[in-house]
Amino acid sequence: MRGGAANPVRLQYTKLGKVRWISHRDVARALERSFRVAQLPLAFTEGFSPRPKVSFGLALSTGHESEAEYLDIVLAEEVDLDRLADRLNSGLPEGIRIVGVNALADRAPALQEAVTCVEWRVDVAHTDLTDVDPQELRDRVDAAMALPELPTTKRRKGRDVVEDVRPVIRRITVCDASSTHAETATELRTCVEMEMSTQPRGAKPGEVLAAIGDFTDIRARRMHQWIERDGARQEPLDADTRPRVPNAYAS
Amino acid sequence: MSDLWPRIEPLLARVEKPARYIGMEMGTEPGNLAPRHGSGRAAFLLIYPDTYEIGLPNQGLQILYEILNERDDSVAERAYAPWTDMEASMRAARVPLFSVDTHRAAADFDVLAFNLSAELVYTNLLNLVDLAGVPVRNEDRAPSHPIVIAGGHCTYNPEPLAEYVDAFVIGDGEEVISELAEVIGAWKRGGRATREAVLRELATIPGVYVPSLYAVEYDGPVVRSVTPRFPDVPAVVDKRTVADLAEWPYPKRQLVPLVEVVHDRLNVEIFRGCTRGCRFCQAGMITRPVRERPEEQVRTMVKEGLRRTGYDEVALTSLSSADFSGIEGVVADLVTDQEGTGGVSVSLPSLRVDAFTVGIASELQKVRRSGLTFAPEAGTWRLRQVINKLIIEDDLYAAVDAAYSQGWRRVKLYFLTGLPTEMDEDTLGIAQLATNVTDIGRKYTKQASCTVSVGGFVPKPHTPFQWFGQNGVDELQRKITLLRNAVRGTRAQVKWHDPKATFAEGIASRGDRRIGRVIERVWRAGGTFQEWSEGFSLDRWLDAMHAEGLDPDWFVTRHRTRDEVLPWGHIAAGLHSDFLWQDWQDALAEHGLPDCRWTPCYDCGVCTDYALEHVVASPLAPAGGSQGTGQDLSGPAAAVPVRFLGTKPVVVTT
Repeated sequence: MRGGAANPVRLQYTKLGKVRWISHRDVARALERSFRVAQLPLAFTEGFSPRPKVSFGLALSTGHESEAEYLDIVLAEEVDLDRLADRLNSGLPEGIRIVGVNALADRAPALQEAVTCVEWRVDVAHTDLTDVDPQELRDRVDAAMALPELPTTKRRKGRDVVEDVRPVIRRITVCDASSTHAETATELRTCVEMEMSTQPRGAKPGEVLAAIGDFTDIRARRMHQWIERDGARQEPLDADTRPRVPNAYAS
Repeated sequence: MSDLWPRIEPLLARVEKPARYIGMEMGTEPGNLAPRHGSGRAAFLLIYPDTYEIGLPNQGLQILYEILNERDDSVAERAYAPWTDMEASMRAARVPLFSVDTHRAAADFDVLAFNLSAELVYTNLLNLVDLAGVPVRNEDRAPSHPIVIAGGHCTYNPEPLAEYVDAFVIGDGEEVISELAEVIGAWKRGGRATREAVLRELATIPGVYVPSLYAVEYDGPVVRSVTPRFPDVPAVVDKRTVADLAEWPYPKRQLVPLVEVVHDRLNVEIFRGCTRGCRFCQAGMITRPVRERPEEQVRTMVKEGLRRTGYDEVALTSLSSADFSGIEGVVADLVTDQEGTGGVSVSLPSLRVDAFTVGIASELQKVRRSGLTFAPEAGTWRLRQVINKLIIEDDLYAAVDAAYSQGWRRVKLYFLTGLPTEMDEDTLGIAQLATNVTDIGRKYTKQASCTVSVGGFVPKPHTPFQWFGQNGVDELQRKITLLRNAVRGTRAQVKWHDPKATFAEGIASRGDRRIGRVIERVWRAGGTFQEWSEGFSLDRWLDAMHAEGLDPDWFVTRHRTRDEVLPWGHIAAGLHSDFLWQDWQDALAEHGLPDCRWTPCYDCGVCTDYALEHVVASPLAPAGGSQGTGQDLSGPAAAVPVRFLGTKPVVVTT
């Protein structure tokens, strides 16, 4: 039934493994199907063509993995949030897993505006896919960070445009240990952590690496998203929450 | 038996739509249909020789996938044609064709089983066999190589691929697939002796045609005879038919892909076969008789399918869905069940649209009103009698009036051109119909539009038009130009299929064994994905015909005579040659033939020879329209076959 009390809920999910090759749109469709399989009582928009109230956070490019993707939904009635992840996971493909659920305050700022910073873990190679020496990469990163501008060519709407990615970069750390993705990687690669702004515009890890030197991303995994306010930062699941209703009925 | 994934994944970053190659459809996870291999199991790789998006939804392939994986002596995985970018990467990296389920090399399977739904995919079949690392010609294969099998509507003329496919399966696959699995499993467990041993064994299964066991003799350019080389090989191979669809509620667990595919929805087959008797329609001729699924089973399959898949759309599929006896009840229930739930939309592909069915469509599409497609197929009543599409103009106008008045803005009319006896007044009749349709629409809305979609007619084996000489490229182009000029200045828009592609389809459609080498040459010249305009070039086909010393017009535009041995004469769909010839004569006499479901039998041969009968819940024709009789049965409502066409890579130019 439409109408009723609005219960906004924020979900955290992963996109790991083979499923990284599907598009952001495909992920959205898989999640929406899982809502229907679980017969989740979603709230619908008013009007001639009602749509479920679902709003996705930042897009994740095809081929990238993530441990920290988010979306907000509005439920038409209370459901047991402790059981919600399990209900949805049985209808989701391997690698896409709901890993966190929290009740959201009414009128919480939308994820796409609220998230200001993301952290990536990236396996790096040269553009010809040969291995990168960690010290060489450290030197190039240090040199790049010292520059006032880092112009790079990006593909936007089918056209090449030159953009400065220097303002996007908060931090790049070349890791001592090799790839964290070793469980699926065929070989160990030099790995970096990248902390990057998403506002007013972000950049892809590969675009930043290309601006730094002859580097490319072999495998990129988003590790965190951050909402920064008044000098403090929170993971989206901890921001704008409302207390959970105790002993809510499972629907 | 290695997992090729570590070698495949590095290729994905640089190809279009990498998700085509990952599998992971809902329904394939462990505990469901996950393939379980074992040393004694016959391993089938089911291949649709077109892109993943086109191939995945194919219901026939999914049905066989389920049946084989339910058995404890067989296992099935699936593969699709990698797009040209991926194929190039695979060949460069020496990665062979692989299954999308467990990314296993194609050559590790015992069987490569192809679905052939359209002739223009034949070059893809050769390409995929080659990409699997298997010799493309039958004669070059060793016992260690997989057996190459093909099924699907195109196999009713198997001859063009006779030197490339080891065994063809004619007709419904539900029962015969298990018989194949038993024979091939036994051969495997027995240590895979000679190929000939297993092929001889396969040839004894009803519905299986092993072309290497037949000798073809020619009389000049014409086939004189196709004769079995051994006494236990049947002279004529009869199609297989599932007598009762109720015994086969498949697919029980339709696969849900992660990427968008064509027909991306739950599909429930409500009946198989069609006896409307449209003379151009091969599907209607070769799938007789009509076998309806019980209404209650349809309801259950829809309900459980929606709940399991999470789809918000269901299609009730058949060759003419409004003819289903229980259509009104099923539709009413669906609409009631869905009230207030956020909505499931229902589509009826290949819908006979008259005012009655527009009413159903209107009930079903309360929210999403796109276009409605009607398929009158020919521009004049005279020509519609020739092709036995007995729609009177009032049927069409009533349907169109109902559609526009109930809120549709866009009507699409589907026609064939190049039909037998077609004259310019028939072509101009298309323009007249389109103009009248937009005039009706403008009574209701200024935005009323009408798209006329024209396909070139290709005569198909086992139809009354199998003797007809197809129109050449120039003639089809002339008719299209005539039509385009006639609609200039009106609100109708014309789209058409490339006549060159129609010609190439004609070469393969009624070709004999010699056409195989032509297909091989087209493939070797780089001609894959011939259904896609970017991959197609008629010159490759004509060059190949020339190189093989074959005259394209002899195969395509020549009228056949009654005494000619047709290359597919040893394959039987149950239709008596006398019946087809009489129906061809009736066509030329502009004489229509009503549907035998509700009228006395014409003795086409199928029911009597195969001891089958129509399975229909209602002995009466459905309400509304002329129901294919060409007569006004109930006032303004009418019997206009209509299609809600799905997306399909039709080569259309505007």
